[in-house]
Amino acid sequence: MGGRILIADDEPNIVASLEFLLQSKDYETCVARDGAEALELVERFQPDLLLLDVMMPLVNGFEVCRAIRGNPAHEGVKIVMLSARGRDAERAQGLALGADAYVTKPFSTQELLAKVGELLPGL
Amino acid sequence: MLQGWVIVAASFAYLGLLFAIAYFADKRADAGRSVIASPYIYSLSLAVYATAWTFYGSVGRAAADGVGFLPIYIGPTLMVALWWVVMRKILRISKRNRITSLADFIASRYGKSALLGGVVTVIAVIGILPYISLQLKAISSSFTLLLQYPDIVMPATLGKVPLLQDTALWVALILAVFTILFGTRHLDAAEHHEGMVAAIAFESLFKLVAFLAVGIWVSWGLFNGFGDIFTRAAAHPELEPMLSPLNGMAGSYASWTWLTVLSMLAIMFLPRQFQVAVIENKDEAHLKKAIWLFPLYMLAINIFVLPIAFGGRLAFPTAGVDADTFVLALPMAQKQELLALVVFIGGLSAATGMVIVETIALSTMVCNDLLMPVLLRMRSLRLNERKDLTGLLLGIRRGAILVLLLLGFVYFRLAGEAYALVSTGLISFAAVAQFAPIALGGIFWKGGTRRGALAGLIAGFAVWFYTLLLPAFARSGWFPLDLLEHGPFGIELLRPLALLGVTGLDQITHAMFWSMWANIGTYVLASLLFAPSADEHRQASLFVDVFKHPSEPGGARFWRGTASGPELHSLLARFLGAGGAEAALREHARTRAAGWSHEAGADAELVHFVEKQLAGVIGAASARIMVASVVKEEAMTLDEVRALLDEASQIIMYSHRLEQKSQELERTSAELRAANERLTELDKLKDDFVSTVSHELRTPLTSIRAFSEILHDNPRLPDADRARFLGIIVKETARLTRLIHQVLDASRLESGRTEWNESLVDLRTVIEDTIAANAQLFSEREVRLEARLPERVPPVTADLDRIVQVIVNLLSNAVKFVEPRRGRVEVSLTEEGEYLRVDVRDNGQGISEKDQHVIFDKYRQAGDTLTGKPQGSGLGLHISRQIIEHFGGRMWVSSRPGEGACFSFTLPIRASSYARAA
Repeated sequence: MGGRILIADDEPNIVASLEFLLQSKDYETCVARDGAEALELVERFQPDLLLLDVMMPLVNGFEVCRAIRGNPAHEGVKIVMLSARGRDAERAQGLALGADAYVTKPFSTQELLAKVGELLPGL
Repeated sequence: MLQGWVIVAASFAYLGLLFAIAYFADKRADAGRSVIASPYIYSLSLAVYATAWTFYGSVGRAAADGVGFLPIYIGPTLMVALWWVVMRKILRISKRNRITSLADFIASRYGKSALLGGVVTVIAVIGILPYISLQLKAISSSFTLLLQYPDIVMPATLGKVPLLQDTALWVALILAVFTILFGTRHLDAAEHHEGMVAAIAFESLFKLVAFLAVGIWVSWGLFNGFGDIFTRAAAHPELEPMLSPLNGMAGSYASWTWLTVLSMLAIMFLPRQFQVAVIENKDEAHLKKAIWLFPLYMLAINIFVLPIAFGGRLAFPTAGVDADTFVLALPMAQKQELLALVVFIGGLSAATGMVIVETIALSTMVCNDLLMPVLLRMRSLRLNERKDLTGLLLGIRRGAILVLLLLGFVYFRLAGEAYALVSTGLISFAAVAQFAPIALGGIFWKGGTRRGALAGLIAGFAVWFYTLLLPAFARSGWFPLDLLEHGPFGIELLRPLALLGVTGLDQITHAMFWSMWANIGTYVLASLLFAPSADEHRQASLFVDVFKHPSEPGGARFWRGTASGPELHSLLARFLGAGGAEAALREHARTRAAGWSHEAGADAELVHFVEKQLAGVIGAASARIMVASVVKEEAMTLDEVRALLDEASQIIMYSHRLEQKSQELERTSAELRAANERLTELDKLKDDFVSTVSHELRTPLTSIRAFSEILHDNPRLPDADRARFLGIIVKETARLTRLIHQVLDASRLESGRTEWNESLVDLRTVIEDTIAANAQLFSEREVRLEARLPERVPPVTADLDRIVQVIVNLLSNAVKFVEPRRGRVEVSLTEEGEYLRVDVRDNGQGISEKDQHVIFDKYRQAGDTLTGKPQGSGLGLHISRQIIEHFGGRMWVSSRPGEGACFSFTLPIRASSYARAA
């Protein structure tokens, strides 16, 4: 196991739970508190996977996703969108922008870890 | 230059000019290019109202009692203002029914009654004769006066002249010939006399110019302007009192009122006024200009009356010159020969205009409403068998004109000298005023009946005759004066000049008072007593509701019977001539898109058409008699007519209602559209709200679930972690609870189900306590909190807990938006008039203008909900504002981005406690 995961969310408690979960599975994590920071850290941290909250200050999750997918340098980055907005239209929008998965909050920790494991198999 | 032959030649030249104008206008009319189809010509023709009475008599009256002449011109001006209501209706009725005269109008209204038409005609002739004689008198005396030039000798002093040397006789005869040439050259189905109208308009112009000319000459030639004349008059012992009206000399209020009313009615119901205003009208729209042009003419022709009157009194100090002749005598005395001649012709034009129109109007009435109905009923004359009656009709009219003028002359010979010009005119005015109740009642009151009209008219006329004409005869020596002084058979109560002992009124006022009582009272009473016939009921409805039947000619639906086409055709030919009848019937067939042949049968429509055509020539009553003689009519009962009328009015009502309904529908659908838009918007807001709330619920729930699962899946976690995670779960659960509470709170506020515990609240204490309770929140984030509170403030009425909720909300918002350590929040309380004001000011990043508008709205939050993470549910401010407004206060925010924000609210001070506190 292992792999680099960037967590982008502005809710500190959710971030705390994700950090604990991923670190217990030996992933290396890094945290961005808003969209702009997320884009910056994608460059510096070079994550294998991005857990991306949709509703963030400054630049929202959809914009971040669009930017990453528009940059060939980050072709290999997997993106899992997390959203408290569970409407079908938003899920479709996220997937259309190139997200690999769209997970609705509140999520099952087991399922989330399974999804992450599925997306990062060789690591 | 003023020899007799010059005057005569000038007069004939003037008459020749008139005839040329009339001839030209007639030719143009025949060619279809009417010259009189103009509101200006129409207005000028109305000025036929101003006769020799105006031209000479006004000055005479003014010289005797100042402004007493005015009511005769104020009345028409007032009446004309009402014409859009009254005259437009009469016009519409008359055109639709092809009315030929005033008598025809009244007869038509009351069931096409030949008897009523005849009575109206007789009264009109008797009433108008003095008026015609007045014009003859004016022409003959002005001629006689001018003939004496350079001497000024009053005609009256010359003594009686033998019959054949009497100028008035020759004037009457010449005018008769002239009028016959003018008015009865041919028989016109529509009774339009375009040539006559054109000539009358010219006469109106000429008499105005002549009168203005002498007025200007007197004012600025003889004297030095108005000021000079009035100054001299004011210095004159006899003239000075005349300068103020209503001082007894110019007549009492009663006589002013009655004279005004009298002339209001005269402008409507003098036969000549009805002729020019109604019969000769070409277009209803001309009324609009006439309504102000005609009063303007009245004003113009009256401006110089007083200056000439006073000028005359000043110039002829002795009583030797009759004031009625001042207009002419003044230029004569000053040897202004040309001006004198112009004035004479001006007077001539005023008199001839009246005589021409009046006798034409009367001759039509005499022919159509008096003689024809009688002749047509006399079987021995076998009129039914005559092929062409146009010659007979013209003959009757010509004869009538001649007889009328000769009768006028006879009246002049016998009674003419007893009265001044004005008094004679007023006798005629009072006679035609008797038509007013039944004519006006006829167009506004459906209840008026034929018998009511007959009774009212005869009663009014009888009183008029007794109180006005009889005294005139008595003064002329036909009756013993004893009658006036002691009443008939010595019965004082019946004295003609003081009926039932009423004294103190002048003669006209007295006569009008009694005759109008008799007339209106009898008309209304008899109308109510006797039920109308079917014919009357139908006509009443067609007249009164003329505007409600937009195009429906009305008559045909009320006819039932059998008729033959050829017979109707030959009937029409007898009155219109063969060619005219043929043309009329072809036109009729064309408008109905049907072929016309002599053999065709006749339906109700054709019968009605023929009757209407005939009515245009011989009047409604005669036309009815004629048509009845060739068709078999089945009588309709009153109930049938009522049913038909009801049906018609129901259809009108129904379509009116349909129109209303469709307007209502349109309105409703617009309202629905608006409501729908509003709903769509509300739906979107609700969607946003649900989405926002669900987001806000999901966020703490996510943490709670994640940490619960972590705790569940990792039983061997270190104690420190376990405690930290449990702490997070507790905090997030509290957040969730708060949120649910707020949502419920907002919904309760919105639906009005909130319970309020009102009490007197001391805001100062509330703020201090709230700050103390929240101090920890601020110290945790190292934000400075300051309060500026006055020593004491008056209490407000509010719910203590709710106010605490508002202040907590504002404080927690403020602390969230300022930076830790550098942040500063300040709370202040001030008294502003009848309100207390609380401000919560922070030094955070501020709120954008756009957001300031929406942050108080339900379901709205600051910032784009996709980019800016909202703090809380977005309901806190909404709830706070609802609370403040519930207690009569106001809440708002002021902020500039980057410079912090200031949330403020006010609460009203209780009036009574405020008084105590102050």
